[in-house]
Amino acid sequence: MTQTDSFDDLRDLYQEVILDHGRRPRHAQRLDAFDSTAKGDNPMCGDRVQVWVKYDADTIGRVGFEARGCAISVASADLMAETVQGRSQTDARALFAAFREMARTGICPTCNAAVADALERLAPLSGVHEYPSRVKCATLPWHALIAALDGTKEASSE
Amino acid sequence: MNVMTNPTALDVERIRRDFPILKQTIRGKPLVFLDSAASAQKPRAVIDAMVNAMETQYANIHRGLHWMSERTTEAYESTRDAVAALMNANDRSEIVFTGNSTGAINLLAHSYGRGVLKRGQAVLISGMEHHSNIVPWQMLRDAHGIELRVAPVTDAGELDMAAFEALLEDGKVGLVAITHMSNVLGTITPAERIVRIAHAHGAKVMFDGSQAIVHRKVDVRALDCDFYVWTGHKLYGPTGIGVLWGKRDLLERMPPFMGGGDMISSVTYEQSTWAAVPHKFEAGTPAILEGIGLKAAIDYVQTIGYDAMAAHEASLTEHALARLAGIQGLHILGQAQDRGGVISFSLDKAHAHDVATLLDRQGIAVRAGHHCAEPLMHRFNLDSTARASFGIYTTHAEIDALADGLIRVREFFA
Ligand SMILES: Cc1ncc(COP(=O)(O)O)c(C=O)c1O
Repeated sequence: MTQTDSFDDLRDLYQEVILDHGRRPRHAQRLDAFDSTAKGDNPMCGDRVQVWVKYDADTIGRVGFEARGCAISVASADLMAETVQGRSQTDARALFAAFREMARTGICPTCNAAVADALERLAPLSGVHEYPSRVKCATLPWHALIAALDGTKEASSE
Repeated sequence: MNVMTNPTALDVERIRRDFPILKQTIRGKPLVFLDSAASAQKPRAVIDAMVNAMETQYANIHRGLHWMSERTTEAYESTRDAVAALMNANDRSEIVFTGNSTGAINLLAHSYGRGVLKRGQAVLISGMEHHSNIVPWQMLRDAHGIELRVAPVTDAGELDMAAFEALLEDGKVGLVAITHMSNVLGTITPAERIVRIAHAHGAKVMFDGSQAIVHRKVDVRALDCDFYVWTGHKLYGPTGIGVLWGKRDLLERMPPFMGGGDMISSVTYEQSTWAAVPHKFEAGTPAILEGIGLKAAIDYVQTIGYDAMAAHEASLTEHALARLAGIQGLHILGQAQDRGGVISFSLDKAHAHDVATLLDRQGIAVRAGHHCAEPLMHRFNLDSTARASFGIYTTHAEIDALADGLIRVREFFA
């Protein structure tokens, strides 16, 4: 029995995409073969994530992660893995910058065309901007990814 | 029996009118504030006392000879009398004002820990402490060679008394520093027994009463403990003021913590001498307005009375435990026999942060996280829980709103 309609007040932040990826993440696994890995830690709330990256020539070939955290952080990690795979490091970094802006403000005036399609995929997470304490849930996996790209082992959310 | 009726002597509707903030609506819904254990809301009397002081008499204290300073000194110092009466202290000089519980415990760890405890002695805490009753002792351990021992917590969330006593057996423990009520489990610790056992083994006892003072009448002479700390903002008072009570002879043996104005008797470049207790521990201009506000909070609480408050809370807690037990997939952390109105829980399939945010969408404020008690969370293999906590203004209907809200959250994540 679903009561979709009676949950309207809960849906603005927890859209179906987030619930779905939070519940059944597609990329939530440690990679056996990887080039880099890093952990992210949010000491304020105890959320923890580890990200593994495997390169494919110049692009990010595969991303896997393990997360202990809320639906938002798991869904964000999963959508991140999905959207950065096949992209260059430069694009992944640009996407993070744009996504972070969107998570903080709900809009992204500076988002450039190169990442616009990926950003659209991440747009369901933009609702976190209304919850300053939850913004970090969405951005923590990205901090870990960037740390892995940088070759540093640990990231903490701002 | 109709669960909506209030079975206790306390007139909650009248009390609610004393708290201006409770009139608010959040996202178009009436505010259901179930986070009083983090910090309680303030009654009109506290707000007015602070505003009045600022509007009519404010000046620095203990140093002016003018009318305003004298009036304000009198008001601030009358808080010391109110606190002494509240805790049944022997004497007003046993009441030391600090910034909060954390400040009080750090003062003790510094002054008693470094000044009185000897290298090789131990401090014994429990497995259900707030970080503020862990970290200062760790710092003491690392700086001063004091061992830190931890008495374990049972699966029910109670202090393991046999293990507690065993840790005292070798006579090395100089101080037991332990919570009087857990801010996570709601457990009230057996304070009298703790004191009896500790004293029998030559250890002094400090209680962290940050939560307990809100729910139980604290009588330090009946408890016969040695130190007792609490924080004003949880007792419907302002932030920025806390209390360290200590037996006078112990306070007198302790060196000062911070140096500066107000804590001295005389100062030359060669040496300074200290003021008498409690002023020896109160360097600098204190939280004057907050002290005045705290007096109003104590008066307010005393007018209602601890018996009525405790009965109201027991009734709320019983109702909440019954309602939450009926929610499939919900697990309550801690089943202590003696407990106060703080309930931590987790929900299958929903992370505590999601639970808190989804309750917030429904106008219900709870806390989620590790509640500044990470080691306790680890003890129960958890990262976080959601926590509902009650105050004098909490109603049975609000608990029903929480339960109904949680049922929706569960269905939402199903
Ligand atoms: C049991 C306990 N101890 C200590 C504290 C610390 O209080 P404060 O932050 O006011 O110093 C709290 C509250 O946060 C608490 O619940």
